[in-house]
Amino acid sequence: MKELHFPFIEISILIPFVGAIAVSKLRNAHQARSWSAWITGAAFLCAVAAWQDYGILQAQLLPAGEHVMEADDRWHLMQNLIGREIFTIDQLSSPLLPLGALLYFVTTIATLRTKVRRFSFAWMLFSEGVLLATFSCRIPEVILGLMIVGMAPPYLELRARGSTGRVYAIHMALFTALVVVGWTLVRVTPEGEIPGRFAAMALLAAMLIRGGVFPFHTWMVDLYERASFGTALLFVTPMVGAYGAVRIVLPFASSELLRSLGIISLITAVYAAAMALVQREARRFFCYILLSHSALVFVGLEMVRPVGLTGALCVWISVGISLGAFGLTIRALEARRGRILLSAYQGLYEHTPSLAVCFLLTGLASVGFPGTVGFIGSELLVDGAVQTYPSIGLGVVAAAALNGIALVRAYFLIFTGTRYQSSVALGIVPRERLSMLSLAVLILLGGLFPQPGIISRYHAAEEILAARKVNLKNDEPDDEPSDFFHTPHGDHSDDDEEDEESSWLDFKTD
Amino acid sequence: MDKITQTLGEVIVAAPLLLVALLGTATIVGRPFRERVIGRMVHLAVAVGLTASIAMLAIMVATDNRHVSVELGNWVKIHAHDLDYHFAIKFLFDRLSVPFAVLTFVLCGTIAQFGIKYMHREPGFNRFFSLYALFMLGMIVTSLAGTIETLFAGWELVGLSSALLVAFYHERQNPVRNGLSVWVVYRVSDAALLFASVALHHMTGGGDFDLFLGSASWPEGVAEIKGNQALLVGSLLVIAAAGKSALVPFSGWLPRAMEGPTPSSAVFYGALSVHLGAFLLLRCSPLLDQSLGLSAVVVVLGLGSAMFAAFACRVQTDIKSALSFASMTQVGLITSEIGVASLVHQFVSPEAGDFLRYLTLVHILGHGCLRTLQFVRAPSLLHDYRILENALGRHLPHVATIGERMLPTTTRTWFYRWAIERGYLDALLANVIVRPFLRTMHWCDDMERRWIDWLAGERDPLAPDLESAPATPLEELV
Repeated sequence: MKELHFPFIEISILIPFVGAIAVSKLRNAHQARSWSAWITGAAFLCAVAAWQDYGILQAQLLPAGEHVMEADDRWHLMQNLIGREIFTIDQLSSPLLPLGALLYFVTTIATLRTKVRRFSFAWMLFSEGVLLATFSCRIPEVILGLMIVGMAPPYLELRARGSTGRVYAIHMALFTALVVVGWTLVRVTPEGEIPGRFAAMALLAAMLIRGGVFPFHTWMVDLYERASFGTALLFVTPMVGAYGAVRIVLPFASSELLRSLGIISLITAVYAAAMALVQREARRFFCYILLSHSALVFVGLEMVRPVGLTGALCVWISVGISLGAFGLTIRALEARRGRILLSAYQGLYEHTPSLAVCFLLTGLASVGFPGTVGFIGSELLVDGAVQTYPSIGLGVVAAAALNGIALVRAYFLIFTGTRYQSSVALGIVPRERLSMLSLAVLILLGGLFPQPGIISRYHAAEEILAARKVNLKNDEPDDEPSDFFHTPHGDHSDDDEEDEESSWLDFKTD
Repeated sequence: MDKITQTLGEVIVAAPLLLVALLGTATIVGRPFRERVIGRMVHLAVAVGLTASIAMLAIMVATDNRHVSVELGNWVKIHAHDLDYHFAIKFLFDRLSVPFAVLTFVLCGTIAQFGIKYMHREPGFNRFFSLYALFMLGMIVTSLAGTIETLFAGWELVGLSSALLVAFYHERQNPVRNGLSVWVVYRVSDAALLFASVALHHMTGGGDFDLFLGSASWPEGVAEIKGNQALLVGSLLVIAAAGKSALVPFSGWLPRAMEGPTPSSAVFYGALSVHLGAFLLLRCSPLLDQSLGLSAVVVVLGLGSAMFAAFACRVQTDIKSALSFASMTQVGLITSEIGVASLVHQFVSPEAGDFLRYLTLVHILGHGCLRTLQFVRAPSLLHDYRILENALGRHLPHVATIGERMLPTTTRTWFYRWAIERGYLDALLANVIVRPFLRTMHWCDDMERRWIDWLAGERDPLAPDLESAPATPLEELV
C-alpha cells in the first residue's frame, strides 16, 4: 500500500472530534459557530489535501504503469496505536472526503444568527468526524459500526427538540438489526466461500433503509420535519447508505439480486419525484427530491455495469454538491420567513434575487441540466438504465423529468406570483453569498470541465467491479446488454481478465 | 480553408456563449451590468455571430462544400477495455443548419434592438437579456449540433429560457402558471429526446448524426438504423418535436406562452423555438424515410394541428393569441410537408423528396421572418387600424365568410365553442392524465402522513397546518 506525504486523513478526522469536545464547553452560541467555522474549514482543507496528495501519488506512478489502488497515512499512526491501519484513501473515497467536509463547512458558515441557538455545533462536529472516518474506511465491521454511531446525533437532537423520535428510531433499529443479521451470516460463511444470498439481502436491505428506499423512506421525511434543517441535511446528503452498499454488499452480492432490488430503487426514484410535485411545504419537498436522487444513485450502483456504476458515482458527487447547496438555499429562506409553504405564492424574488438564482441553478444542476455538474453523470445513468432494464429504464428519464417539473414549480411558488411586503431587509448576507458562490462555482466548473471527474469515477467503478470479479470468482452469469440496443460498441463488464486482489476479501480473511 | 471554417465555426458558437457567461456571472454575483452595457454586449455578440455565419455560408457556396464539420474534441471520453463512452462536441454546417443559424442571429438581432427600447427601465431588464442570451445560445447549439447529445443540450437551454421568459412578469400569477405549463410540456418533450438520444447511443455506439443518418450531406443522408429500431427512435423524435412545436395534443402551451413580453413572444414562440420540432424532424428525416407508418403519422399530426389551429385562430380576442395560432397553423403545415417529403422519398423518387425538404426549409425561414414582423407590430395594431380607417374614411367592412353563409347557426355555434375551448385538448389532458395523477399522489401523501403520525404516536407540533391549504399551482393549471 502506498503512503501519502502527510497524515492528512487522520488529521482531517481528528480535527472535528477534538473540535466537538472544545465547542461543547462553550456557552456562547455565536462563539460556538465561529469556532466551528474554523474547525470545519481546517478539516475541509485537510480532506482536500488528502485528495490532492492521492492524485499526486497516482500521477507519480502513472508513467511507470503502476496504479494506486489505495493509500494510507504517513507514519502509520493507527497501525502503531491499535496494530491495524483503518483509514485509507482510494478512488472511491478520495472525492467523497472533501465533499463531506465541504458540506459541513458551508453549512456552518451559512448558519445565520437566527438559527445558532437551535443548532448544536458540538454534535455537528462529532457527526463530521464520524462521516469522514466512515468515508476513509474500507473495513466492513468498522464501517458498519461507524454508521450505527453516526445515527446517534440526529436522535439526540430529536429528543432535545421534544419529539419522541420514534419513526427515526424504529427505522434505525431495523437497519441495525439487519446489519447484525447480515454481517453474522457473512462471518459464519466458511473461509473461501461466497456469503449466501440471505446475507447479501439483509445487508443490502439495511443500506436501502439507510438510503430511504420505498417503503422505508418515511424516517427521512419525519427527520426533515422534526429535526433542524441543518442536521437533516448533513445526515442525509452525503449518502452514507450508498457508501455502505458499495463497500460491503457490492463486493459479493450476485448481479441478479442487485438488479432485482434495483427495480425497487427505480420505483422509489419515480415515486419520490412524483411526491415532490404535490408537496405543500419546502422541507418535505426537498426531502422527496433528495430521496429521488438517492434512489437513482442506488439504481446505478445496483446495475453493476461500468456505465451505470460510473453514472451513479458521478451523480452521487453532483447531487452532494448541488442538493447540498439547494438545501442551504431553502435553509437560508427559512431563516428569513420560517417554514416555507408551497401552497401559495411567496413572491420573494425582489427581496432575495441572489437566492432565487442559487435555488434555480442548484436545483437544475441536481437534475442534470446541461452545463452543470450533473449533466454527464445523468446521461451515463440513463445509458446504463436503458441497457440494464430495457423495458423500465425509462423510469430514470421519467424521474428526471418529474424532478425538473417539481423544482421549477417550487421556484415559482417561492419566488414569484406576488410581491412580498417586508419592512426588514431580507437580502443575502456576505457569509451566505460566499458559501453559495463557492458551491455555484463548483457546479459550473464541474459541468464545463467534466472529464477529470468522470474519469476518476470510472476508475472507482472499475475497482468496484474488479473486486466483485475476484470475490465471485467469475461465477456470475453472462450479462450481455439487451439485444434490442446491443451493438459492438456497448460495454461488456464481464469479459476481461482477472484483476488485482479485492480489498474486501483482504479484510474478510484478515 | 479548413482552418478558416474551423475558426468561423468556433466564433459562431463562442459569441452567444460568451454573452451568456458575462451576463450570467454578473447575475450570480449580484452585480448586473447597466442597460447601455448590456445593449452593446448583445449587439456585439449578434453582429459577430451573424458575420461569422454569413462568412461560413459564403465560403461553403464558393467552394461548393456542403458539409463542414467543426469538432471541438470530446467533452468526455472514456476509452477502456470494458467501456467506450464519448460525448463529442461537434457542430455541423450544412444546408439545413447554416440557414437556421443565420435566421436565429437575424431575428435575435432584430428583437434585441426592439427589446432594448421596449424593456427600457423595466426592473427585469438584466433578467430579460440574460434569458435572451441563454435562448440564443440554445438555438445556435441546437441548430448547429453535429451529435444528438449536443442537440439535446441546446434543446434544454431553449426550454428553460422559454419557460422563464413566459413567466417574466412574475409578480402576477397568470404568467407564472403559464410558464409552468410551458415547462411541463417541454419536460415531456425533453424526456422523449433524451430517451431517443440514449437509444441511438446504444444502437450506433455514439450520438454522431453521421453514424445514424449516413455521411452524405443533408438532405441526402440514408439512415443506418432500420426496422423496429428506426421506428422506436423515430417515434420518440416525433413526440419530442410535437412538444416543442406545439403540435396536437401538446398545443395548449403556445397561446399560454404569449404572457411573456412581446419581444420574447415574437422571436421565441412565434418564430424560432416553435420551429425547433420541425427542424429536428428535418434533421432526422432519413429516419422517417425508413417507415411508412411514421411518415404518415407525421403528415396526420401536422395536418391535424394546422386544422385545429386554423379554427382556434378565428375566435381569439387578442392579437398575440391569434398570431400564436396562426404560427401553429403554419408549423402544422410545415410538419405535414416533412411527412409528405418522406412519403415522396419512399414512393416517388429520393430527389423529389429532397426537393420538398428544401421547400420546407424555405417555408420555415419565410414564416419565421413574417411572424416576427407581425409580432413586433402587434402592440401598435390599434394605431395601424386607426390609420387605415382614417384613410378609408369609414370602419373596415365586415365580409361574411363561407362558413357564415353556408353553415346553420347551431353548427357554427358548435364550431365556435369547440374553437374557443381550443378543441378541449387541455381539458382532455387534464382529465385523463394530470388530475388522476395528482389525485393519486395526494392520496399517497395523505397516507404517508397518517403512517408517520401513527408511527410517531403524535403529530409534529412544528409542522405548519396544511389541512386547509389551498390548491397548489399544478392543480390550478388544470
